[in-house]
Amino acid sequence: MSAPGAAAMFTQDGAALRERRGPGDVRLLLEQASYAYAAHAQEAPLFTLEATSLRARQRELVAIVGPNASGKSTLLRLMSGALPPLSGRVQLDGFEVSKLEARTRAQRIAVVQQESPLLFPVRVWDYVMQGRHPYGRGLHFETPEDARVAEAALEHVGALHLRARWVHQVSGGEKQRVVLARALAQQPLLLLLDEPTLHLDIGAQVELLRLLRRLADTGWHTVVVVTHELNLAADFADQIALIARGKCLAVGPPAEVYRREVLESMFGAALEVEPAADGQPRVTVRGRVVEPV
Amino acid sequence: MKPLTPKRLARTCAVLSLLLFGAMVLSLRLGAVPVSFADLTVGLGKSLVGAGDQAPSDYRMIIREIRLPRVLLGILVGASLSVAGAAFQALMRNPLGDPYVLGISSGAAVGALLSLIAYPDSSVATLLLAFVGAGATGAGVYFLGRRGGQLDSYTLVLAGIICASFLSAVVIFLMSTLSGPGFRGVAFWLMGDLSTPRPVAHGWFFLILGAAVAAIYTTAADLNLMLNGEQEALHLGVDVTRVKLVVYISAALLTGLAVSVAGAVGYVGILVPHIMRQFYGSDYRVLLPVTALGGAIAIVLADAVARSIVAPMELPVGAITAAAGAPVFLYLLRRRLL
Repeated sequence: MSAPGAAAMFTQDGAALRERRGPGDVRLLLEQASYAYAAHAQEAPLFTLEATSLRARQRELVAIVGPNASGKSTLLRLMSGALPPLSGRVQLDGFEVSKLEARTRAQRIAVVQQESPLLFPVRVWDYVMQGRHPYGRGLHFETPEDARVAEAALEHVGALHLRARWVHQVSGGEKQRVVLARALAQQPLLLLLDEPTLHLDIGAQVELLRLLRRLADTGWHTVVVVTHELNLAADFADQIALIARGKCLAVGPPAEVYRREVLESMFGAALEVEPAADGQPRVTVRGRVVEPV
Repeated sequence: MKPLTPKRLARTCAVLSLLLFGAMVLSLRLGAVPVSFADLTVGLGKSLVGAGDQAPSDYRMIIREIRLPRVLLGILVGASLSVAGAAFQALMRNPLGDPYVLGISSGAAVGALLSLIAYPDSSVATLLLAFVGAGATGAGVYFLGRRGGQLDSYTLVLAGIICASFLSAVVIFLMSTLSGPGFRGVAFWLMGDLSTPRPVAHGWFFLILGAAVAAIYTTAADLNLMLNGEQEALHLGVDVTRVKLVVYISAALLTGLAVSVAGAVGYVGILVPHIMRQFYGSDYRVLLPVTALGGAIAIVLADAVARSIVAPMELPVGAITAAAGAPVFLYLLRRRLL
């Protein structure tokens, strides 16, 4: 297993799509970034994310994989600048993200959270328009530019036909695309998604990851996605970061980081890792899951 | 689905301003003809107690000296409480966020009563202490309503209700220390009343109302995103800490203002924003001005009813808002509109 960071320097060969990519610039840089949650300042921390290093380049899709409560979301919040790192650096194009002004940060980083609950009903169009907030001033009256960007964002995710609908009345998969459209309306350099596939069926999950892959390939967005779907992550991501118990175990291309011993100890289950026809590793559960009666 | 433009905003406000004007005219005329004697007597009595040198002798005087100030007071109270309610709803991310429900009005009442005991003749002191009471209660309820670092809507409402009932006990205790002629006035004032003779610096109060509403309105676009939760608002570029501070202080000031002049008038802060949402949607850029105007209309009309329904007696306006508000509240609740 290669050292974190160094592994990220390699790009892998695979689908034809990926071969077209030139070497991108490093967009997101995490260097020995750590964080600790404590109930009180004087007490021992309740949860610690140990020093993590990772780089994501232009055109890259990075997946963060790991068991529940392992620190994936904390890592994502460090990347979004919502949390300042306790030590180390988290930089986007050379700027420390937690030090950016909220408005500037929202122009560069968009976050799709696990849940986006609504207090009062909103139309899809107005919801996507919220993504234009960091570009507006005063009362934020809609400009033709805002309308153009929001329309393009909706079209990009294939949800333009939903524009007049209420957000709370569309299906789970549609809602996820609408939330993504709002993130795209921010025109971010870095797109962060926290388990966007959580409540989706397998078809909608593949659809969403394919969409994220396309977004990364356009060269505009570097995409980082937290997910539980090991195989989908291997299919679509350039790099995978394995996180367990607040520690980053490995960062690198799927074929390098998916080791049976590592995954088994991470998830506490008997697993099999085999290369599939396309060279990507495939993770399956070993033996019969249900014990014979 | 047309986007919001300054023109559409102005037109909406103009229509409601006309309605408010109509309500004002109605309220000024109401009672003038049928219960003119009662009003005259009360009016004369008031002016004799206040200033014996100029006894007003015609209706115009009564309207100008008694009814108009009262209508203006209604506008002040209605607009303040409604905007405060809409603001707290966004800030606390709770449809029940209302100065009355959350106990913030009760906090303001405690402050106002303390000032009445310590400085009986200073309306500035009353306003100031009511503001402090509202602010302290708001902060207390906000922190009690948190669970694991997150604002929890059920905990918040329960914390508000419990604070309100505790503060009501404090109010009763403070009232028991008052006696004599002041007692009835204070009792009426607590129920929400526009008639209590109290020195009111109208101009100043309207200035404060304008400043506080304007301050909240500068954050209208941010409040739309605050409805999604603070974390999302932050990710969408809202300076959450600044918005919370500006809106919280202004809303507490509005509550203190309303309570110091008219006591605890219930249901306005919760119902007017929700009714306006049914007509104009939940975009705070529209909602805040229409809520201010709608709240003013509601109180002016409620006070007109309070003056005329049991003439020649008068009801406190709080009784009318509660009697009318509760059924409307239930209707909205049953229709799942809250």
